[in-house]
Amino acid sequence: METKIRILIAKPGLDGHDRGAKIVARALRDAGMEVIYTGLHQTPAMIVEAAIQEDVHVVGLSLLSGAHMTLFVDVAEMLKKKGLGDVLLIGGGIIPEEDIPALKKKGIAGIFGPGTPVDTIVDFVKKNVKR
Amino acid sequence: MSSDLADKVLEGDARSIARLITYVENNVEGIADSMRTIHAHSGHAHVIGITGVMGCGKSTLIYELTKQFRASGKTVGIIAIDPTSQFSGGALLGDRIRMMELAMDEGVFIRSMGTRGMLGGLASAVYDVVEIMDASGKDIILVETVGVGQAEVDIIKIADSTIVVIVPGLGDSIQTLKAGIMEIADIYVVNKADRQGVEQAVAEVQSLVDIECARKERKTPIVQTIAKESHNIEELIKTIDEHKKYLEKTKKLEEQRKIRYEAELVEIIRKKLMNYIFNEEKFKETLETLLHQISVKKIDPHTASEIILDQFIKK
Repeated sequence: METKIRILIAKPGLDGHDRGAKIVARALRDAGMEVIYTGLHQTPAMIVEAAIQEDVHVVGLSLLSGAHMTLFVDVAEMLKKKGLGDVLLIGGGIIPEEDIPALKKKGIAGIFGPGTPVDTIVDFVKKNVKR
Repeated sequence: MSSDLADKVLEGDARSIARLITYVENNVEGIADSMRTIHAHSGHAHVIGITGVMGCGKSTLIYELTKQFRASGKTVGIIAIDPTSQFSGGALLGDRIRMMELAMDEGVFIRSMGTRGMLGGLASAVYDVVEIMDASGKDIILVETVGVGQAEVDIIKIADSTIVVIVPGLGDSIQTLKAGIMEIADIYVVNKADRQGVEQAVAEVQSLVDIECARKERKTPIVQTIAKESHNIEELIKTIDEHKKYLEKTKKLEEQRKIRYEAELVEIIRKKLMNYIFNEEKFKETLETLLHQISVKKIDPHTASEIILDQFIKK
């Protein structure tokens, strides 16, 4: 059998900048993954529902508005509540250093700020994907 | 694989539908057990194929059609196919972007698929995915092909009704006379009908339909839409319903299903044969040797293929 890593890339909340998300999506595609790109302005509930239907191994969130402590955590909690605890959750965007420990504690396994080489993200996904 | 999974699919459980789709896509061992149950309960859904060049508005049309089907109480499954990279094996599946508003509706299930090496505009496991969504109780299944060129026409093997979407400004009248996607439509949609050149586009398709109808018992209807403004979607739904009634009345539905099962069976055999050959331990070695002989002109590709088949299949 051939397993292919499937990853959902989503932008929760209201900011309209998706250049970073698209670059990461492209890099993951070039690494041989199936990337489901959902576009802007998603609610956590929409993201989790899409993760269920697409049966993804990984959810990647991108957010530049500063609402990560609410929206990232909402997605993490909703994933667990829906029984998707085995989905690897990662996030990127403008995330202050001091917020990272709290986010990790809530289940966002990897946080990637501006300037992160895309290979770092690809390697992290490959190493930490849970099924 | 547990038969529980198939049973849960029959109950319409979203996570089980999603997981079984993953299993058929990955060709997991033992899927036949689940698919036996699924097949026994499928065959009720109306499968509608949407095809056309990239950017013609297939995803937006599907979004609009789904809203209307839902308003009339029908449940909908959507299969959105995008190309897999020949180079990396990865894919960017972006059709969901225009459909995310549907995500919260329990009566809608959307799945994105990469072609994973299949040509023809479909994904290899798409036949199984149609069966799974059908058995899970969806009334309508919309299959969106990759953005096609001229020759990707496999959608007719899976869809009960095939919609070919065109947009104004694609070329002159000779384009409509060529073989390929302009031969497969049960319904033509001229989308983006607010654009310049729409009259010409409709006239060209119309003249094609007029020529065709000499040898067809049904005249292929043409519907003009502006999908992003929800314009004329009711008319398209009406036309789809009429085609379904026509299929039922003329027993063509049974014929169509037979075509689908044949295509599915052939695809399953193709996959198994390929796996059978390529997973053989000695295959790589033999391949390398033969490739070398081909490049130094010691042997030709046809003879080489005979050697491979003799060694791994006929033995």
